[in-house]
Amino acid sequence: MRIPCPYCGERDAQEFAYLGDATLTRPDPAAPDAARAFYDYVYLRDNPAGPHGELWYHMAGCHGWLVVTRDTRTHVIQSVAEVGAR
Amino acid sequence: MQYSAFSLLKNALTGHRHWQPAWRDPQPRGHYDVVIVGGGGHGLATAYYLARNHGITNVAVIEKGYIGSGNVGRNTTIVRSNYLLPGNIPFYEWSMKLWEGLEQDINYNAMVSQRGVLNLCHSDAQRDAYARRGNAMRLHGVDAELLDREQVRKIAPYLAFHDARFPIQGGLLQRRGGTVRHDAVAWGYARAADRRGVDVIQNCEATGFRIEGGKVLGVETTRGFIGAGKVGLAVAGNTSRVAGMAGMRLPIESHVLQAFVSEGIKPLIDTVITFGAGHFYISQSDKGGLVFGGDIDGYNSYAQRGNLPTVQDVCEGGMALMPMIGRLRMLRQWGGIMDMSMDGSPIIDKTPIGGLYLNAGWCYGGFKATPASGWCFAHLIARDEPQDVAADLRLDRFATGRMIDEKGVGAQPNLH
Repeated sequence: MRIPCPYCGERDAQEFAYLGDATLTRPDPAAPDAARAFYDYVYLRDNPAGPHGELWYHMAGCHGWLVVTRDTRTHVIQSVAEVGAR
Repeated sequence: MQYSAFSLLKNALTGHRHWQPAWRDPQPRGHYDVVIVGGGGHGLATAYYLARNHGITNVAVIEKGYIGSGNVGRNTTIVRSNYLLPGNIPFYEWSMKLWEGLEQDINYNAMVSQRGVLNLCHSDAQRDAYARRGNAMRLHGVDAELLDREQVRKIAPYLAFHDARFPIQGGLLQRRGGTVRHDAVAWGYARAADRRGVDVIQNCEATGFRIEGGKVLGVETTRGFIGAGKVGLAVAGNTSRVAGMAGMRLPIESHVLQAFVSEGIKPLIDTVITFGAGHFYISQSDKGGLVFGGDIDGYNSYAQRGNLPTVQDVCEGGMALMPMIGRLRMLRQWGGIMDMSMDGSPIIDKTPIGGLYLNAGWCYGGFKATPASGWCFAHLIARDEPQDVAADLRLDRFATGRMIDEKGVGAQPNLH
């Protein structure tokens, strides 16, 4: 599997570290439903069979955090963007 | 037909022309008391124990592929009960006890081989951890022996004892652990369930659920609607996908785990050995191939194949442990999709939907749990209350803080 990094070009996936689902948003800890919201955030996942937005860190390259949209059934990468750009 | 030495002899003398299929190939009926989604080891075992223990025989198991096509035929066949935590040990030990009587119970040769499982330790800290684990096991009535280096050497003299980075200091041995022929487990449970009246329906994929008033009424499938009093999900790596059809979101990610077999060689490894300094486990099949595996690839995947960096990583672990395998060629390699729960332990529980039950989160330890998983899931479905040894495997434990986290590292979907 190769990931096309916006800065470094197409690189082997071994250069990257995987963090997981990029669609999660850290909830507000001061909100009244914070306990429930954090349970959702920490444990529950959509885990789709198909396009999956996920965070990869280019540790052996530009040290950028990327949002990679990859099909979990085929490993085909549909889009890559740096985190701040989404 | 009851399998026996006599039936084997009789069929041998008649040229093996009269063997019957091991189970029927029935058309799905319109309604069953219980429908189990997923014809893997756990689903078939559940159906069998529903019939055997609870007298519920109006049961269908629906399987999207063929029996044995999923994880039950994709694992490294290891069985053991060397766990640490109270929620896990009694459950896996019950599974071990069921393995010990399985073949007589289901009248099928599953090649249960209690050849032992040996976990190696490579540092003082790791030996302490194994001593603690062994003590926890023995307190629960499970066999465990802490071995020193010389005792390990007697069992496996070919290991790299004086490796500069990972010298072998000893190991924790569970003699009752071992291996079981994985395909035979699927076939044996399918046949045993079928003989008690269960319909094993292959090539029948669940496409949705009919739910009214918060209660499940049946399963939509590629072969039409099948009504059901109760529905049990046992679909391993597809759990999130299938549960999503019922509107549920679960603490599970699907990841690919690869396994490997070398070319066949003469008898070498007569036990199961795990490398403590990396993640590598190896045994030898009766055909002679070395069967081994390591970590999951590490990213969400529904593709039943992995990538090369993990192949290299696993083989490096093997080379560090026993450099002699560098002379062997790898014969086969394959991947299975694991339902990785967020604490590394499974879930056998009711769901918020009436009549819908969940069996999931097996990570990459599901095979050894097959009999107890079926036993406890059948109990839950039949009686609407958890079996004692599975009472801690709750779905709500992630919300209430009662995780069963063997590694003690917090929420991440790469534990086992």
